[in-house]
Amino acid sequence: MTLRRIELLLALLGAGALVLAAMTTPWLKFVLTIALAKGIAVLGIMLLLRAGQVSFGHALYVALGAYAVAFLAPVLPDAALLLPAAALTTAVVGTLIGLFVSRYREIFFGMLNLALSMVFYSMLEKFYHYTKGTDGIRVPPLTVAGLELDRVTHEWTIFGIALALALGFGAFARVYLASPMGQALTAIKTRETRLDFMGVSARSVLLAAYVLSATMAGCAGALIAMATRHVTPLLSYWTASGELVFIAILGGAGGVLGPFLGAVTYELVRVYAAATVADMWQMILGAVLLLVILFARGGIWGLLALRLQRRGAA
Amino acid sequence: MPLPFQLTRRTALAAGFGSVLLPASLSAQAPVQRPSELKIGVTTFLSGPASVFGVPGRNAAEMLAEEINREGGIGGVPVRLFFVDEAPGIDHLVGEFRRLVQNERVDVMFASISSGSCLACTPLGEELRKVTVLWDCGTQRIFEERRYQYAFRTQANATPEILAPLLYLMKTKPDFRTVAVLNQDYAWGRDSWEIWKTAMDALKPGTRVVAELFPRFGATDFSAEVTRLLALRPDVILSTSWGGELDTFIRQAAERRLFERSTFVLPLAESSLERVGRSLPAGHIVGSRGDHWHQHPRPANPQALQRFVENYRRRADAYPIYPTYHMAQAFSALRAAHAKAMQANGGNWPSDAQLAAAFPGLEFDSPTSRMRIREDGQGLEPQLIGTTVHTDRFPFAVMDKMVIFPPDLVTTPAGQNSVAWLRTLTPDMVNRVPDPISAAG
Repeated sequence: MTLRRIELLLALLGAGALVLAAMTTPWLKFVLTIALAKGIAVLGIMLLLRAGQVSFGHALYVALGAYAVAFLAPVLPDAALLLPAAALTTAVVGTLIGLFVSRYREIFFGMLNLALSMVFYSMLEKFYHYTKGTDGIRVPPLTVAGLELDRVTHEWTIFGIALALALGFGAFARVYLASPMGQALTAIKTRETRLDFMGVSARSVLLAAYVLSATMAGCAGALIAMATRHVTPLLSYWTASGELVFIAILGGAGGVLGPFLGAVTYELVRVYAAATVADMWQMILGAVLLLVILFARGGIWGLLALRLQRRGAA
Repeated sequence: MPLPFQLTRRTALAAGFGSVLLPASLSAQAPVQRPSELKIGVTTFLSGPASVFGVPGRNAAEMLAEEINREGGIGGVPVRLFFVDEAPGIDHLVGEFRRLVQNERVDVMFASISSGSCLACTPLGEELRKVTVLWDCGTQRIFEERRYQYAFRTQANATPEILAPLLYLMKTKPDFRTVAVLNQDYAWGRDSWEIWKTAMDALKPGTRVVAELFPRFGATDFSAEVTRLLALRPDVILSTSWGGELDTFIRQAAERRLFERSTFVLPLAESSLERVGRSLPAGHIVGSRGDHWHQHPRPANPQALQRFVENYRRRADAYPIYPTYHMAQAFSALRAAHAKAMQANGGNWPSDAQLAAAFPGLEFDSPTSRMRIREDGQGLEPQLIGTTVHTDRFPFAVMDKMVIFPPDLVTTPAGQNSVAWLRTLTPDMVNRVPDPISAAG
């Protein structure tokens, strides 16, 4: 079996394992929903990482998606409508900002994204009478496709949507990365001038990936808002962006499974660290990241892929 | 790519099946067995700037749990605590809340220092049908925007905590004409200013606001603000800041003698007094988000207060500050509610619903007074406000000329919106403020 086949199989197994875990331990369902949502956002970051660009500001789109849900929910209280609305909002904003930031590379790209996300954070905090500041906005109970659901079914539905979106976006990203557009992303990382010589516009290649990644982050934000039912400006703070990059490194940028492996590991480590030593969880998370950087530079997926390839070769 | 699509459908089906197979509700109605331990989940700040409140709160909780267990527990059952850090954000907090309720099966949750956390946790506690005691957060929005069956507050809220210092100022220094405000730029800073401004416009119309300064949350330098305040010479400077920012602001203002020009009103400064030492001069107005003060002039039970203060000092090597009293109130209310619920249940262990039913109208002892929880879940807590004075007994400023505001005077009546209620106040309200009490010795 090739690695791509194995990846597919692993995705299936992983999805099954998540459902099983959520069934056996009800409280994990929520944690895993959040993990899947963050995985989707990190998948978008991974697309940009392929082009060698690190965005330190993608929490902007997560928060935008979440606040879109919070603002629209009173007039449009249905998850099936809110999700596309949030995706559309972030896609539009992502295009506008993307037109601008896709001119820049590396540290400038990262810092501009960071700056814009902090501008959005300040707006959420300062436009107090509209956003209720740091106290945040409560998301009212939502229907799903017109159905009113009780708490447990609602949680399962959001979990189901998150899982479906994760698999859908994962499959899409795989196709995208294998396509000429995706291959051109890798070319931006290795030598951008070569693209110019081929007549391919590096800017539009990066812009397309940027809009995609913004949309994914927006969907993630919408899912987070629907699951937690309360949004605060902290979602767009720079630490939230850092968290996404952290997960990307932890999971590894080599394959589309990486972000989800990273996100699930991150959330589980944090929950179990917080459960065992409530005031030391940062230290434990930090130690895990250090170990990954020192001993597994390709992240969790890198480790896994290496082992699978060795076995394939033997 | 047919396969991934098939796969989404399959998982969607599996998710659907899961919802059918899963038990629909957690809280069974069958008679409840007496558990081997009473589990309490406590959400508090263990990291970040607000840990100046969160860690004392945790220290107090641990101390009180040990004391309760030494005395045989609550209803004969020892208590066990689970702490959750509020600092990582709402998604983590809400996840941990679920874990504690669904996995650890806690009997009651003590929720939150941050108002945002409270606003997220309270509806969740209601959905999970778990008694949620709001032990420290300030926002008045909770019970004014919605009714809850499982959420109760064992302390006051922002409205009395800001209205009381304003009334105190009007009683003790009535001749002010200009006011400036310096608050942290986040929800509490904005909310508390709105309360003060609304009340001041009703109680003392015509007072001029000369500056509204909102330095960013977490600021470490206030020199520009101090310069501006020195130039403007307002009669009164209000600041509801807290923690490191308040400490820094007090020190920087003291260095440049701003305290000599204006009267400061610092409704949360009780929590900073010991840390800033003698930097805070005499003659300024200090509050404590309640009637919390280790030198309380008229505690309901002087021995109990002294014991609480001494035990806490022995444990934490610092005087207790308001979150520790708030924690004591949460424990005291839980004990009283539990006893009441057990009595109503014929001496049997109460269910979640029975425990919740015991809270409205409940009376319990705080370290300094006797408190009541109103029918809407809001706690009625007296407010103690004083003026700073330096004595030989303490290496920091303490309170003198203290006024203890009865809760009925300063709390928004049940079912009313705070801002709307504040607009209806009239200047003669000041006449109903009790007389100041001087510090003993």
